[in-house]
Amino acid sequence: MKRAALRHLTWVIPAAAALLPTVAEAHLVVTGMGPIYDGISHFAWSPEDFLPAIALAFFAGLRGPAHARAALAALPVAMFAGGVAALLGLALPPLVLPVSTALLFLIVGGLLAADANVPPAVCATLGAALSMVRGIDDVAGVPASLAHVLSLLGMCASVFVVFAIAASVTLPLQRAWMIVAARVSGSWLAALGLLLTGWIIRYGALVR
Amino acid sequence: MRSDASRELMAAAVLGVVACSLPSEALAHIVKGEAVGFVSGFEHPISGFDHIIAMVAVGLWGAQLGAPAIWILPVTFPLVMAFGGFLGLIGVPLPGSEIAIALSGVCLGAAVLGAFRPPLWIAAALVGTFGLFHGYAHGAELPPGQNALLYSMGFVLATGLLHVTGITIGLVHRWRWGQVALRGAGAVVLCGGAFFLWSALA
Repeated sequence: MKRAALRHLTWVIPAAAALLPTVAEAHLVVTGMGPIYDGISHFAWSPEDFLPAIALAFFAGLRGPAHARAALAALPVAMFAGGVAALLGLALPPLVLPVSTALLFLIVGGLLAADANVPPAVCATLGAALSMVRGIDDVAGVPASLAHVLSLLGMCASVFVVFAIAASVTLPLQRAWMIVAARVSGSWLAALGLLLTGWIIRYGALVR
Repeated sequence: MRSDASRELMAAAVLGVVACSLPSEALAHIVKGEAVGFVSGFEHPISGFDHIIAMVAVGLWGAQLGAPAIWILPVTFPLVMAFGGFLGLIGVPLPGSEIAIALSGVCLGAAVLGAFRPPLWIAAALVGTFGLFHGYAHGAELPPGQNALLYSMGFVLATGLLHVTGITIGLVHRWRWGQVALRGAGAVVLCGGAFFLWSALA
């Protein structure tokens, strides 16, 4: 009888311990593998970062290699510049970053949905604007330190790799339904941008 | 005997340490409220049958009309619907939205039932107009305190998946029996829309 009770306790106590709420108060995504991986993880966990980057990659991929190359070069450089500016203390009015993000969602998504015929420079400009806004927003309020610069580099590497993969997947698309699927994703991103804009007007800066 | 007890105690100790090291809530700012925002946004478009039948009917009609309507309607509908949501969010009055939503079920159901093939711009305008009212109703009801981005992601994804569901069902149109079944589905949508219209007018 005692052995049976002991056996039950063996499982009941850990189960009860697992149910106890404990709070892990992290500020940034911390992987435990160093700041570069923290930056990579931050990018991966931030839909406001990776969604427009992927949509822009789809758009550039549909337009052709010149567009993809132009945007690919601009994205990490602009993100790093924006992030460094934020680390050095660049402070923008509260609504600028959420509104910019929502509008960029709308513009990138709209261009992809329409499969608009624009020159490569437009892709590069959009990529630079997008990355700079996200770079500033991602590290806003974070103190300047080597670790945070490395995290920023991790984010820049992530946006480069994700964009390159998404664009290279889109470039050879020939089948109509695949192109339509990419364009539908653009309309969804534009819809997100519209809803975010409305949300910001109604409730203020709640993009995050 | 002693060996068994030792193993049990060791297992309890190991499991206890593992269990205690698992945080049940991590307040990282990136993931805070993700489940609440995304899931509640995803649930919103599928929480009312009046919305569901209309959005599925858009996909059914698109599949029935074939290219280019099959892809133009799913590309334009989320945008128009989001614009309606935008109007609802910023508080622009749009009276009669419940009646228009119910009417969308009636009209789209009738279009699928009758296999109507109007010019593309008329089909797109009809679907877009109804999409505006559906989006408006959702936008006006959006609850405060949600994560805007994640909520909107769930909302748009659910709306898109309803269209995809309609289009996927509508692919049976390539077979003769499928064409009949599709028109039967239109009749079901029409009846549903009529019921909601009756409820809205009562």
